[in-house]
Amino acid sequence: MTALLSLTAVSKRFRGLLAVDRVSFDVAEGALFAVIGPNGAGKTTLFNMIAGATTPDDGAIVFAGEPIGGLSADAVCRRGIARTFQLVRPFPALSLEDNVVVGALLHRRGVGAAREHARDLLRRLDLFDKRHQRAATLTLPDRKRLEVARALATDPRLLLLDEVMAGLRPTETDRMVATLRTLNRDTGVTVLLIEHVMRAVMALASRVLVLDHGVAIAEGTPQAVVRDPAVVQSYLGAETM
Amino acid sequence: MPFDVYLNVAIGGVLTGLVYGLMALGLSVIFGVVRVVNFAHGEMMSIAMFLAVVLFSAFHLDPLIMMVPIAAVLFVFGYALQSGLINPFIARPEHSQFLLLVALGIIIVNVLLIIFGPDARTVQTAYAFDSFQLGPLLVDATKVYAGAAAIVFAALLFAFFRFTLIGTAIRACADNYTGALVVGLNVNRLYALTFGIGAACVGAAGTMMTLIVDVTPMIGPTYTLLAFVIVITGGLGSMPGALLGGILIGLTEALAGLLFTPSAKSMFAFGILVLVLLFRPQGILGKRPA
Amino acid sequence: MSAALARLAGDLSPRTRIWLAALVAALVIAPWIVGDYLVTVLILILYLAYTGQAWNIMMGFTGQLSLGHAIYAGLGAYVAAVLFTRYGVAPWVGLLAAMPVAAACGAIIGFLAFRFGVTGVYFAILTIAFAEFARIGFDHLGIVNAAAGLFLPVAQYAHNDPWRLRGSPTMFYYVMLAATLAAFILCRLLITSRIGYFWLAIREDEEAARAAGIDTFRYKMYAVTISAAVTSFAGVFYAFFYNNLFPEQVFNISRSIQMILGPIIGGVGTLFGPILGAFVLTGLAESLSTALTAMGLDLPGAEQVFYGVCLLVVVVALPEGIWPWLARRLGVKEAES
Repeated sequence: MTALLSLTAVSKRFRGLLAVDRVSFDVAEGALFAVIGPNGAGKTTLFNMIAGATTPDDGAIVFAGEPIGGLSADAVCRRGIARTFQLVRPFPALSLEDNVVVGALLHRRGVGAAREHARDLLRRLDLFDKRHQRAATLTLPDRKRLEVARALATDPRLLLLDEVMAGLRPTETDRMVATLRTLNRDTGVTVLLIEHVMRAVMALASRVLVLDHGVAIAEGTPQAVVRDPAVVQSYLGAETM
Repeated sequence: MPFDVYLNVAIGGVLTGLVYGLMALGLSVIFGVVRVVNFAHGEMMSIAMFLAVVLFSAFHLDPLIMMVPIAAVLFVFGYALQSGLINPFIARPEHSQFLLLVALGIIIVNVLLIIFGPDARTVQTAYAFDSFQLGPLLVDATKVYAGAAAIVFAALLFAFFRFTLIGTAIRACADNYTGALVVGLNVNRLYALTFGIGAACVGAAGTMMTLIVDVTPMIGPTYTLLAFVIVITGGLGSMPGALLGGILIGLTEALAGLLFTPSAKSMFAFGILVLVLLFRPQGILGKRPA
Repeated sequence: MSAALARLAGDLSPRTRIWLAALVAALVIAPWIVGDYLVTVLILILYLAYTGQAWNIMMGFTGQLSLGHAIYAGLGAYVAAVLFTRYGVAPWVGLLAAMPVAAACGAIIGFLAFRFGVTGVYFAILTIAFAEFARIGFDHLGIVNAAAGLFLPVAQYAHNDPWRLRGSPTMFYYVMLAATLAAFILCRLLITSRIGYFWLAIREDEEAARAAGIDTFRYKMYAVTISAAVTSFAGVFYAFFYNNLFPEQVFNISRSIQMILGPIIGGVGTLFGPILGAFVLTGLAESLSTALTAMGLDLPGAEQVFYGVCLLVVVVALPEGIWPWLARRLGVKEAES
């Protein structure tokens, strides 16, 4: 099986400092893939390179058989990769529904069709009843769900989630995990998430990559990775698991 | 044209540019600390110019002497403006602050128009037609005085920010707003002080400007734009940049006026602005934003 | 076409439709009721409503603060006036040249700003700089009579010639009314369509818009060129209504400011805001100057001071403008957020 997303020896330097050092991995179609690692490990830089927010210095990023490294963020999205932001960025003055309509219009000409699609997604994410509220009035968990809905509205093959659990309480985290599982099962969308919340990673991910100081130190199933001595040493040892 | 004509005009331009620089310094200080773009800057300058004209025509007070009192008046104006009107606007969106000051500028221009009428006014000092001769060069005395006063005022300002406690506190505010709050600085008062200082700069510059140019109420917006051109050219928030930008624009205007036509001179200033915005948006001496 | 019509009226509540119909009816019969002086005032109001609507496409929809819109009106005015006075070209034909010229100018400014990342207040200053550049440039341009001004042969009052835009104020009134309605309809169609949603997304958060796949550069370019082209008609109208053009006036920054006051006071980003703002602002300003004249006072700057105070009060006290506040009172809803 060929991978949907494939990174080969991708590197990024900031003022001489190697933020990401020759990282390679493959994400299979339909997978729930998590990238974890301590703060400053290079997760966000890696994420931004895939999403088109920064250009890699070296290496290749291939999505669905085509190189996408260095494309602009909007071009990446049009190819089928949608992202959320770590610090959520909904369009504050627009209603929830219109937020999602914007995403849905990417591959739909008519506003009517886009609205229908948006409403489907809002139902999926339990936001339908709030669809006429302004996004600025939402609570953090709802804003996070709204971002997921807007990203999904662009009909992505790959969904990039940047710490979508951060700041959520445990019950909300479980709810988000359940939603993402269902989405992945029903629509087949591939998910790549950067995550700090181990509880979510263990419950959700089918495969995990561990970054430390810009280097990929382990890859495997969640259960295998947490037993990896290198991982325990560098990352998990610091936390109470 | 002989070379010394160019040189004469160039020196005149540099001296005028020093006064421009002082004016722009005020704008730069306000932006650098308060992060508010003073769109009424030239209008505030025209207030100072009219004060100087009135004081001269009514009491024969020389602008060079009145520079300090007028700067003080503008300081009070700026202080009051910041603490009364702008401080509550600090958290508002950028364009909202911008429009607030646009409104203020419109009001100033037209209040001056109502009081003084549209005609140009001048200050005719005893030395208005004097000049200094240096070999083949002939330099207007008024420009020399104005330029020298601008240097003195700017130097005092640099010293204030460098060596006084309040100056240091203001710089701390500019670097790190939250940090300044945490260590207990009264940020609102420091902002008001800063706006006052910026206004004092423009007050002093305006007073000196009356030695060089005529005053009309409509002159305000022109100087606002000029101040923007200068600080963006020099680097917004950079004090030496403002002075350098002032000299550069003064020189450009003078030479453009000589080579083309004086009325088209500001086209060249705008030309420079566009080039700088496109190719070095942080300005000549400005820092690249992180 | 029917789809467009449906979108135009589709989601308006019956109440809103009644209000709208009443407003249009009142404007249509107004010249039969009010005198010549008030017709002239109404023309000014509609003119500002029209330009405000055009400016709103950039600031209200797309979030790009232009303070140099006088350049587009000025270019439109000069192109049509020169074609008319020199070659006898009718203004409606002249418009076909004026619009592309203004649109091209908008595209140049937009391209430079958006390609090189000139944003926010810097963008506003860049637009002023271009307008000032045009003002000084036209002051020295022989083909438009430079600073001496360009004059159109004064209209014959008795004959209304809508094709050549020569005639009575009432004729001009209906031309401007039609244009204002057209601009309103255009803006409503735009904001309820795909392009409108993308503009709003850019206004709200440009980076997030890009992450949603929107080519923000392209859509900002659409906004600036459409806005410029729409504004240029106001300039053509201005030239033929006032019959004289001076660069000092046409490109003056106070013209640009005048254009933005209506929407700011009425409500940036709304469809009725520019119209309401133009009514409120001009109505109050005219009453003020009438009152001052009645008192025997001649204060040339008083009207402008009044504009300044209005802007100040609205920015401080009603940052959203009057319309959103009024709409809640009236129970009227527009399509856009």
